[in-house]
Amino acid sequence: MLRLFANANYDFIKWRRWAYGLTALTIVPGFLLFFVHGLNYSIEFTGGTLVQVETVQPVGTAKLREALDAAGIRDAEIQQFGAANEYVVRARLAEASANAEGSTQSTAHAVSDALTAGLGADQFKVLRVEAVGPKVGRELQSKAFLAILFSFLVTLAYLAVRFEWRFGLAAVLATSHDILATIAFIRYLNLEVSLVVVGAVLTMVGYSLNDTIIIFDRVRENLRKFRRQNLYEILNLSINETLPRSVLTHGTTMATTLALVLLAGEVLRPFALVMTFAIFTGTFSSIYIAAPVLMYIEKRWPGEDARGARAFRATGAAPTESRAPQAEPTTR
Amino acid sequence: MRKIRSRLIMIGVLVVLSVLALMPRNVTQRVVDSTTGRMKDTTVRETPINFGLDLRGGMHLALEVDQSRGPVPDPAEAIRRAERVVRTRINEFGTTEPVVQIVGNNRLIVELPGEQDPARAKGIIQRTAFLEFRITDMKNEFRDAIPQIDGALRAAGVHAAGAAPASTVSQLFGGDSTKDKGKGKGKGKAAAADTSQANQAGALSSLLFQGSVPGEFLVPEEQVSAVDSLLARPDVKRLIPRGLDYKWGIEVESRGARSYRALYVVEEKPIITGDLLEKATARRDQMTNQSIVEFVLSRRGGRVFERETSRHINDFMAIILDGRVQGTPPVIKSQIGQRGQIELGSKPLQEANDLALVLRAGALPAPLVIVEERTIGPSLGKDSINDGIRAGIVGVILVVLIMVVFYRLSGVLAVLALTLYVLFTLAGLAGFGFTLTLPGLAGLVLSVGIAVDANVLIFERIREELQHGKLVRTAVDEGFTHAMTAIIDSNVSTALTAFILYLVGTGPVQGFAITLIIGIAASMITAVFVVRTFFMIWLQRRPDMVTLSV
Repeated sequence: MLRLFANANYDFIKWRRWAYGLTALTIVPGFLLFFVHGLNYSIEFTGGTLVQVETVQPVGTAKLREALDAAGIRDAEIQQFGAANEYVVRARLAEASANAEGSTQSTAHAVSDALTAGLGADQFKVLRVEAVGPKVGRELQSKAFLAILFSFLVTLAYLAVRFEWRFGLAAVLATSHDILATIAFIRYLNLEVSLVVVGAVLTMVGYSLNDTIIIFDRVRENLRKFRRQNLYEILNLSINETLPRSVLTHGTTMATTLALVLLAGEVLRPFALVMTFAIFTGTFSSIYIAAPVLMYIEKRWPGEDARGARAFRATGAAPTESRAPQAEPTTR
Repeated sequence: MRKIRSRLIMIGVLVVLSVLALMPRNVTQRVVDSTTGRMKDTTVRETPINFGLDLRGGMHLALEVDQSRGPVPDPAEAIRRAERVVRTRINEFGTTEPVVQIVGNNRLIVELPGEQDPARAKGIIQRTAFLEFRITDMKNEFRDAIPQIDGALRAAGVHAAGAAPASTVSQLFGGDSTKDKGKGKGKGKAAAADTSQANQAGALSSLLFQGSVPGEFLVPEEQVSAVDSLLARPDVKRLIPRGLDYKWGIEVESRGARSYRALYVVEEKPIITGDLLEKATARRDQMTNQSIVEFVLSRRGGRVFERETSRHINDFMAIILDGRVQGTPPVIKSQIGQRGQIELGSKPLQEANDLALVLRAGALPAPLVIVEERTIGPSLGKDSINDGIRAGIVGVILVVLIMVVFYRLSGVLAVLALTLYVLFTLAGLAGFGFTLTLPGLAGLVLSVGIAVDANVLIFERIREELQHGKLVRTAVDEGFTHAMTAIIDSNVSTALTAFILYLVGTGPVQGFAITLIIGIAASMITAVFVVRTFFMIWLQRRPDMVTLSV
């Protein structure tokens, strides 16, 4: 029988400070970049035009740029997309020119005319056109915002029903951490934020919450089962007990998302990358953020499960935290 | 035993239902016959899964009432009427399974799967197709007002920008033998206007040349916008004789090295409009090789047209479509009844066909503007499907390997359940008529990973219970019961976010949310109910089993 981390007995909570440091190191620079450069929003949100073309020869972006320049299309961004002979031309609407709904339409036309003039009509094929007027763009922005807001409210409500508020708060904080980390990740890789990527972030909210819930579920059960042990030990115990499940589930899910990253093509890649990272950060936060934060909350506002939370260590441990021994193996 | 049998029956029923839902069936499609160019119905067999436009290729348009050229009093009502018109047009245009629907209260969504010629489709949808017949300015009232307009412009400080060289003017008029063919009484005045024009080079008159038909003027192509802005000035508008309006011609005429566009001064009130039109067909005239749209008016329309044309014999009648005069206005020789035709000159027959189509379907109540467009070529869609399926297969193989390696025989049971899971999910999509999109495909692959989570939770729990020294049967029972709360919690939280995504998302994202929700439901059935049944059968056959292959 092949088992991973069976009867594991790690003191996860002890490493919380390291975990905080690590996560701060990821999030803070990401957010500095975010505040300086913002995010790379797709034309769904900004309004604008996207034209994906396939050329007979891999002509290179410079040649395309030349063709567009010759036609006076200056602000377009040209990018190789997947295969060597596929390109995406993006023209985002500037804030100022948000008056003309129809202008996004004419841009798509102008791009294909410019390429006909520059490359020849039989040298390229338009694979995809997306033209989003500024009004629709603004609508989608507010929709995405609403989606994130609502999903938070609904999950909060669900947690409030299922758990005591201290558990719920810890789970929400851990999930917030995941959202921040994911935004930093998106910024690092400069992924295009489309509606589908927002979808990935929302799925991640569900997934990460689910992971936290599974650990907390076990914590609740163990709190009832082992009356002698304090919260610190129970948290560690519960994390260790659920560790095989975490490793396996995340292993299988990650296998599928990695398959999507590598094989599912260019359009889905940002989504798949975000999902892959989300699984990673969701697992991390359930263990290293949600559990210690629950300790802090129980310390601040002690509830009936707060036994030992004040001490923040296992029973019988020396007062200096760095030397705290690992939690005793549970008596069974 | 009886319990197992009823469980197996339930699973069997679900499998049969799923297979039925996924059975290829005959679908009737309206397509354009390639030989005759007419619409015909064909029947194809296909698996009843709706593929989104991003997978099958096609065109998605969101349209709104265009208010940029003047407010439309009731956009919601206008879009409702536009929906009917667009639906009629699209049905005749001939694509398979088009979608025309109103979203919110002022947006029209049009989806044309597999559309190969987006530009033409857009033309058909967006064309207002407002047809009207108006009598031209037969009394030359506008021409007589030109000197006054020039004067007003001079007073306002507008001077002829670059007066056309006199030679062009004379050449133009010299070549125009049919001038004032209809009524000669304005000729003297015209000559007077000509001289004043030559002498003073008025701001407007220097840009206009008398055309061959009363009320027709030719404007050099590069001056069209200048004339437009002059005529739009309020002080000029006041001087345009009451009851008259001006419309541009659709065609550009070349005379020598220069090209001209015709400006027609026509009566403000049309003698008849396209809403009285009943039929319209396109044909190619064998003699002149012209494309022609013939139309038949309704009975009432015929009466109106007859009355009006009999009053206007020998007058010229401009045929105006969407504000543009089509061709040169013909003279009315005798009264016209229900039948008439629009000549399109050398335009291809397809254009005439399209015009006939939009005329039949009726005019849009207001112009529409495209606020969102997504067009995906069929090859790209095919690539996406292939890539998605490849990624899915690889992902599933990895999941199967992990499960079998870790949980051995129990893992095999889970994998068996997983195949049922995929079957149920696809059947759910087909049975409820949901659409599979590219993100949906990703959701499907992702949900395979999530689906085994329930089994992992259960198996881990069974292992723990076995470790605690429980008997196999008890361990399995306890494993399932104890894992339930966690499974329900996790599935509910994922389903809630997916549900919100569905509520606020658009097309592709909704597809993702739907596959996720159906996937969660299917995984609850397979991972819990089906796997449990498998375990029951297993334990039934090996009641003495001491160690479990988990």
